[in-house]
Amino acid sequence: MARAPRRPPAVSPPPQPRRRYLPTVIIALTAAVLAAGGAALLINIFERKQEARNPFYRVVELDDQTTDPALWGKNFPLQYDAYRRTVDQQRTRFGGSEAVPRTPTQVDPRSVVAQSRLEEDARLKTMWAGYAFAKDFREDRGHAYMLEDQTFTERQAVVQQPGTCLHCHASVYTVYRQLGEGDLIKGFEHMNQMAFSEARKLVTHPVACIDCHDPGTMQLRVTRPGFIEGMQALKAAQGLKDYDVNKMATRQEMRAYVCGQCHVEYYFKGAEKRLVYPWAKGLQVENILAYYDDIGFKDWTHADSNAPLLKAQHPEFELWNQGIHARSGVACADCHMPYKREGALKISDHHVRSPLLNINLACQTCHRWPETEIKDRAEAIQGRTFALRHLAMEALVELINDIKAERASGKSDAELATAQDFQRRAQFFLDFIEAENSMGFHAPQEAARILGTSIDFSRRGQVSLRDRSNHQQ
Amino acid sequence: MRLDTIASLVVGAAVGLVIGLGGYTFLYARGSSYLTDNPAACANCHLMQEQYDGWVKSSHRATAACNDCHTPEGFLPKYLTKASNGFWHSFAFTTGYFPEPVRIGGRNRAISEQACRTCHRRIVDAIEGPSHDQAPLSCLGCHRRVGHL
Repeated sequence: MARAPRRPPAVSPPPQPRRRYLPTVIIALTAAVLAAGGAALLINIFERKQEARNPFYRVVELDDQTTDPALWGKNFPLQYDAYRRTVDQQRTRFGGSEAVPRTPTQVDPRSVVAQSRLEEDARLKTMWAGYAFAKDFREDRGHAYMLEDQTFTERQAVVQQPGTCLHCHASVYTVYRQLGEGDLIKGFEHMNQMAFSEARKLVTHPVACIDCHDPGTMQLRVTRPGFIEGMQALKAAQGLKDYDVNKMATRQEMRAYVCGQCHVEYYFKGAEKRLVYPWAKGLQVENILAYYDDIGFKDWTHADSNAPLLKAQHPEFELWNQGIHARSGVACADCHMPYKREGALKISDHHVRSPLLNINLACQTCHRWPETEIKDRAEAIQGRTFALRHLAMEALVELINDIKAERASGKSDAELATAQDFQRRAQFFLDFIEAENSMGFHAPQEAARILGTSIDFSRRGQVSLRDRSNHQQ
Repeated sequence: MRLDTIASLVVGAAVGLVIGLGGYTFLYARGSSYLTDNPAACANCHLMQEQYDGWVKSSHRATAACNDCHTPEGFLPKYLTKASNGFWHSFAFTTGYFPEPVRIGGRNRAISEQACRTCHRRIVDAIEGPSHDQAPLSCLGCHRRVGHL
């Protein structure tokens, strides 16, 4: 009874019609949201399925003349996108380049270069006295800079460089074929004998798609005569005649060989400046030194000691071959170009760089440890190698100074020949690790063995000087 | 009465649309394959392709497929696990929000540990002995690669 007065007045409209349709509206709205979600999911699944088909849209026709990577990039935009990122300059603890600003000049228009290794370690100047590397030697930058940095290095001003250098500093495959009228090797021989400045006019791009890929099938291939001939010599020494790397290598081997086309030790043979990879006796440092000794080769004569010396280049391929990763079948591309996912598509990362900048994809696929742990392990190996490198460098510089002092006191080269030979050995062994771009990581124990042997050579060189002076007393 | 008819038509159409769209999406995504034990279904979306390729060449290929090690025994636990993993895997793959390389999680790892012991009961008993004072040993700590890399 008490509630009666609270009833709404009879005049107000009953709310029933709206309430009656409320469930309908809710169900309809829910169904609409679900349908929209279902459609979105359907489209997402459709897109993923399309991605997984590895779609390849032939926007442009590629053939064996197409050097410009931008054209390849139209057909393969994801790979091209990553490839272009090799302009990045990022340090790791023991490698990688820092962008150092410089004032462009008439002869060298570069406004950014990498840090000078000679300034970081002045002992390198002593080691290379009398050679162009004592003039200008910088940390390597990414692939994008290979042509520019070779063109403008101050080493060019010191020594007349041959066209041979472009074998690995430019996309040179089509030019070789043109110069050789279709014959790669003939074109290679032709360019080797040109002056660098002359040959430089024929090339435009740093390493490009065509240097590692067949334009028809995209399969990996080797295009560099130096590697083709070097592998022939190596395999012949192992008893396998007429080895053809492009026909006989496995797919996984090719994922290392395309990098080995350039990341190797080499020399220029004879007046025709033929590029040769010194592998006829094997890939280890003493095999290579024995090869050079047999042919009586020297890169230059040391300004202070008068010793006939060798400059080791960047023997990444050779050192990697001695390490556990090579033995386990892990190729260069597995760590330096690891697979990455773009949607449902799996592609290899064409942003070639240090695995330490990409530990997640480069290392953790096999090594299931936290990133910091993996980084610590790698840097421990590099730190130990660096410490040994320091000892080897000290020993070498002391040997050089001793020989220099003996020469100043009137000793002849004949009297100093033993010490000079020890310097040649010590220096080549040290440079083999110093010039190699992993600070020992590619084969830690081998790197330590080589540096230990180098220290031994330097100290034995010093002892040989002491023995001689003792004899004369 | 006329409004009621329209309302029920709308609801019917809407619900029908959801069922139709959902049903087609299920078929298109090969949803029924996930209810089977066929290992190829696990690589439908290609994310598990490496694991699948590895399993094809592994020692366990002849005796154990994905579900033997990655789902628990018993109908209900098995399909609950399938439903949970199916949802979260689809969610991650659809949104693209997941870390690479993919790793097994704690719950699923425990299921696999148990699966080792289901088949290899006798040798595990011989290793661990009758005492259960200590925490059980981990099979996968050493034998992580038996199924696939």
